[in-house]
Amino acid sequence: MSWFEKLIPARIRTDAKNRRSVPEGVWSKCPICQAVLYRAELERNLNVCPKCTHHIRIGARQRLEGFLDLEGREELFSELTPVDRLKFKDSKKYKDRLTQAQKETGESDAFVVMKGKLYGLPVVAGAFEFAFMGGSMGTVVGEKFVRAANMAADNHAPLVSFAASGGARMQEALFSLMQMARTSAVLTRLQAKGVPFISVLTDPTMGGVSASFAMLGDINVAEPNALIGFAGPRVIEQTVRETLPEGFQRSEFLLEHGAVDLIIDRREMRDKLASLLSILMRRQAPAFEPKA
Amino acid sequence: MNELNFLDFEQPIAELEAKIEQLRYVSSDAEVNISEEINRLQTKSNDLTRSIFTNLTSWQISKLSRHPQRPYTLDYIKRIFTDFEELHGDRAFADDKAIVAGLARFRDQPVMIIGHQKGRDTKEKIARNFGMPRPEGYRKALRLMKLAERFRIPILTFIDTPGAYPGIDAEERNQSEAIARNLMEMSRLRTPVICTVIGEGGSGGALAIGVGDLVYMLEYSTYSVISPEGCASILWKSADKAPDAAEAMGITAKRLLELGLIEKIIPEPLGGAHRSIDDMANNLANALYDGLQILQAKPLDTLVDARYQRFMKLGLQE
Repeated sequence: MSWFEKLIPARIRTDAKNRRSVPEGVWSKCPICQAVLYRAELERNLNVCPKCTHHIRIGARQRLEGFLDLEGREELFSELTPVDRLKFKDSKKYKDRLTQAQKETGESDAFVVMKGKLYGLPVVAGAFEFAFMGGSMGTVVGEKFVRAANMAADNHAPLVSFAASGGARMQEALFSLMQMARTSAVLTRLQAKGVPFISVLTDPTMGGVSASFAMLGDINVAEPNALIGFAGPRVIEQTVRETLPEGFQRSEFLLEHGAVDLIIDRREMRDKLASLLSILMRRQAPAFEPKA
Repeated sequence: MNELNFLDFEQPIAELEAKIEQLRYVSSDAEVNISEEINRLQTKSNDLTRSIFTNLTSWQISKLSRHPQRPYTLDYIKRIFTDFEELHGDRAFADDKAIVAGLARFRDQPVMIIGHQKGRDTKEKIARNFGMPRPEGYRKALRLMKLAERFRIPILTFIDTPGAYPGIDAEERNQSEAIARNLMEMSRLRTPVICTVIGEGGSGGALAIGVGDLVYMLEYSTYSVISPEGCASILWKSADKAPDAAEAMGITAKRLLELGLIEKIIPEPLGGAHRSIDDMANNLANALYDGLQILQAKPLDTLVDARYQRFMKLGLQE
């Protein structure tokens, strides 16, 4: 077993193996340019299409593992699991939706937090699992973010979050709306202690996640061509009955309108954030690994 | 009072009221005294209203919260406060008429008032964008909250919005950021804040002026993460299931008080706030006054810390 496989928790490890035994798993298709790509090569390229540089969505774990140093990363607050307080039922029970999402993703909810190092600098990092109910934010996501922020503040370690979410989780109703208030309020602690928070907005970051902590980074970063906004494009189109402008709510549109500080290619994310954070933390510039 | 507007589930009441109206008309020039009959029918109408209103569904309450005659922020301002002076604009882009704000006196005490405002007639509805704020609305609200903080003036907010405006311009000016910043800044304002949902508490647009020390709701107001119609069309794939969505989400004052998400329900007059706006304003004023007494007795540090903790505990059950 390789070191990489050892890092993957048991429940998703088998999952990944099963997937690999399926022939289609060897090859992937870029959803934009339709290029057929060898999956191992695509993963080495952090799921950025080598042909058209489209940033294919990636899971929370893959995100954090690709971002943090190999040594010393540790998952936090994984014991938190969602509770169906409202006994919510639509066409399906919320409880059943949760069980299904947990089975499909191997995650307990839509946000994964790890502490670790970024070129030696201790950081706390969190990432959304979009495959888990559209990365929607309920109480577990809110709680994990709040705890991550508190840990960052208490340890004077920068906080980095990677958002990928459709917004608040409707099945937790007003409790999920309140997570917007909590996750935004907790940032005041980081500010009071002079601990930086970098918010990375990836495809997609919408609704209640966009309208809370994700837009409140000391530095707001977007991945190229990510859909970022509050109201969904379809809802807007129905409301204003106009065709939306080209590139509306995409990263480049947000940069143009002053909503994000910069756009960073996923393959440069680790180095650029390390550099920015080392400046904010008054540390020496990181010693970058030579590129392969 | 102007002619009442009845909702579908109020039809039996509407019929009785129409009969009473007819009798009144007759009695004015009739020889027979039918005032006894009128009184009898009026009592019957009140009993009927009471019985219908004790068993309202979430969906019916949702309709009441958006009743076309429901009192809006300015209706309460007129009745509760004196010396109100509206203050305009975010000092950067525009004045958003979907949010009204200004300084006033409340029983002689200075207060800052901030509230969503819907329009009554078509022209005003459009001017006020149906109570859906754009980013400059939230930014105006924040500007004035910071002003209030500097002068140690308590803030009273009134929530009544279908939600943030899903428009191209609102996105261009980054409404996400405007909402988010209000959530963060309100959590640390060094002055008392009481937020009252007076009608529709619609999602992020509501919460953007909803982070306070005390959160109150009028008896037939609603507060939810998404409108029942929106929720139904996403989860049930049909907007017709809005009544089910309203029930499932627990959007009523009663349910939200049980869940510990709000501090108080302010009772409405029989048949809803629009039946007697003066009585409603009176109930609201008394609740706000009591709330302010409690908050102003606290040292500022304690107050701000308690507000922070209030929201922090709205997470997992221990």
